[in-house]
Amino acid sequence: MNHWIVLPTVLPAMTAALLILALPHNLTNQRIVSVGATLLMLVLAIGLVVLSSDGTPRAYFLGNWPAPFGIVLVLDRLSAIMLLLSAALALAVTIYACAGWDTRGRHFHALMQFQLLGVNGAFLTGDLFNLFVFFEVMLIASYGLMLHGGGAVRLKAGFHYVAINLIASTLFLFGVGLIYAITGTLNMADLAGKVAAVSADNQALLKTGAMLLFAVFATKAALVPLHWWLPSAYAATSAPAAAMFMIMTKVGAYAIIRVYGLIFGADAGPLGAIVAPLVIPAALVTLAVGAVGVLASRQLRDLVCFSVIASMGNLLIAVGLFDGPGTTAALYYLIHSTLAGAALFLLVDVIAKRRGKDLDRLVPAPAIAHETLLGAMFFLAAIAMVGMPPLSGFLGKLLILDATRNAAHAPLIWTVVLGASLLMIIGYARAGSVIFWNNPKPTPDSAAPPVRSGSNRLAATALVPIIVIGLLLAGTAALSLGAGPLTAAFEATSVQLLDRAGYIRAVLTPGAGEN
Amino acid sequence: MELLVASATGVMTAVGIYLLLRARTFPVILGLTFLTYAVNLFLFAMGRLTINQPPVISALAAGYADPLPQALVLTAIVISFGMTALIVVLALRGFLESGTDAVDLDLPDDGDPGKSVASGDKARLPS
Repeated sequence: MNHWIVLPTVLPAMTAALLILALPHNLTNQRIVSVGATLLMLVLAIGLVVLSSDGTPRAYFLGNWPAPFGIVLVLDRLSAIMLLLSAALALAVTIYACAGWDTRGRHFHALMQFQLLGVNGAFLTGDLFNLFVFFEVMLIASYGLMLHGGGAVRLKAGFHYVAINLIASTLFLFGVGLIYAITGTLNMADLAGKVAAVSADNQALLKTGAMLLFAVFATKAALVPLHWWLPSAYAATSAPAAAMFMIMTKVGAYAIIRVYGLIFGADAGPLGAIVAPLVIPAALVTLAVGAVGVLASRQLRDLVCFSVIASMGNLLIAVGLFDGPGTTAALYYLIHSTLAGAALFLLVDVIAKRRGKDLDRLVPAPAIAHETLLGAMFFLAAIAMVGMPPLSGFLGKLLILDATRNAAHAPLIWTVVLGASLLMIIGYARAGSVIFWNNPKPTPDSAAPPVRSGSNRLAATALVPIIVIGLLLAGTAALSLGAGPLTAAFEATSVQLLDRAGYIRAVLTPGAGEN
Repeated sequence: MELLVASATGVMTAVGIYLLLRARTFPVILGLTFLTYAVNLFLFAMGRLTINQPPVISALAAGYADPLPQALVLTAIVISFGMTALIVVLALRGFLESGTDAVDLDLPDDGDPGKSVASGDKARLPS
């Protein structure tokens, strides 16, 4: 067994424990340890991507219990890519939080590490109940992050968020219970073999379990009609937390790819592809709702939240194809939308801070400091998000359109995707011109507008957030520059995902192809 | 026994869903608690209902009880117990900061979420 596979869960857990137990009051050391550990996590994730690039899924047997009985972690191309994405995002968010947000409440860095633990675990696990446990770890940390900073609105929105996720967790348990009752196993590879052989009178129960699980994953992925929690939760939380939560909707999408690609895959007998007829219609509505929400938003934060919903719509259209080109497009778009969404959440925070009492409301206000730079960054982030060339949103959307060319109702899908893009362009253009161009001269009696006071040079503390946002945007630019080799890698990933037998063999018959 | 366990699970789920749809935080928390009780019982029954059967391998056993569901239930209990504690604290803090325990908070939706509500109407307690 290769012990590197378990480290993405061990490292954040140990770091979080160290932060809480050894450095509870020393913020400077907390920052050093937290950034260092996340950097280490990033290096580790790169190593795991290299390790997985030979195309064999690797199983890690916890406690060395043989596969269907013990818990198993599985590293394949998909989980390695997701680990790399979550580590990169966590590093950006942690550095951003060091510029001030982590002083607004205690234990930000520890919660961040716990969140990373849950996310990494969810990406690695090969066991359905273990997936539930890592979902819970991720959610418990996210409750803390969600409430970071406090305040009445955040507490109320946090209550909604916690309540909805608790209901989803309960549904998850009902689904897992049903699946266990019928098949007698919770190991994903074992389930993949047993689902096809379920007797006819048990199929209805198993299908109920599978659909309950789908409802849970759809809630996490903010699929219409289970998306209403997202705008209020993400708009009410702190900017670094919202940026980190970008990976959580992706965990929902990942779970859909994994569970319904592997366990209930196309060749899983009468229960194969049971959610496929649902995903694309729901994703189309999600995209439309997101685009209309972008147009209707009166604040920049809501605008970003609804464009996140729209991007989940785009992503799930590609996921819903459950084939090679669809998965390739989904992976490309998944990475793009995570980076672009996180950059936008952080950018909105930077802008809102400079607008003083006007915050991020879309109303005319005096010009902010460093308007040209921030305006240019907003422009770049916006074209990445709505999917205009040259940034990666455009290529991602192109891949999705190309993948759906032969799907049923392809004209409808193309109409919705392109129409939603148009609505989002209008929404972002309007928001950007109000914030950056519609700047009335400050009247003498208005109480000290926060405008261009002192020198126009950026202070060092103001520079860190801008560099972080710049790096995230550079990530989307790199994604479009390296689109050729990257899509080749994602194609290899989708081939590996469709090879269900390879995954099952790696988990259930270790030794073959295992070092 | 099957009828008893099944109807108990069903009634608790129904009560939980009803309470979840209330407009005050306390009934919502009770509803969540009922739902988690229901799911715990449900998970427990998923190993099939057996009486007087050993869960571990023994030469004398005529049959076995499934040993796994109790482990699943234990994990579920720990998580839901912790989450209930968290949401109670959250509801209390929300009540103290906003002066009302309504689940919905009718505030102008463009405020700064980090700010407390003006504390003038602390007296506006739920009727």
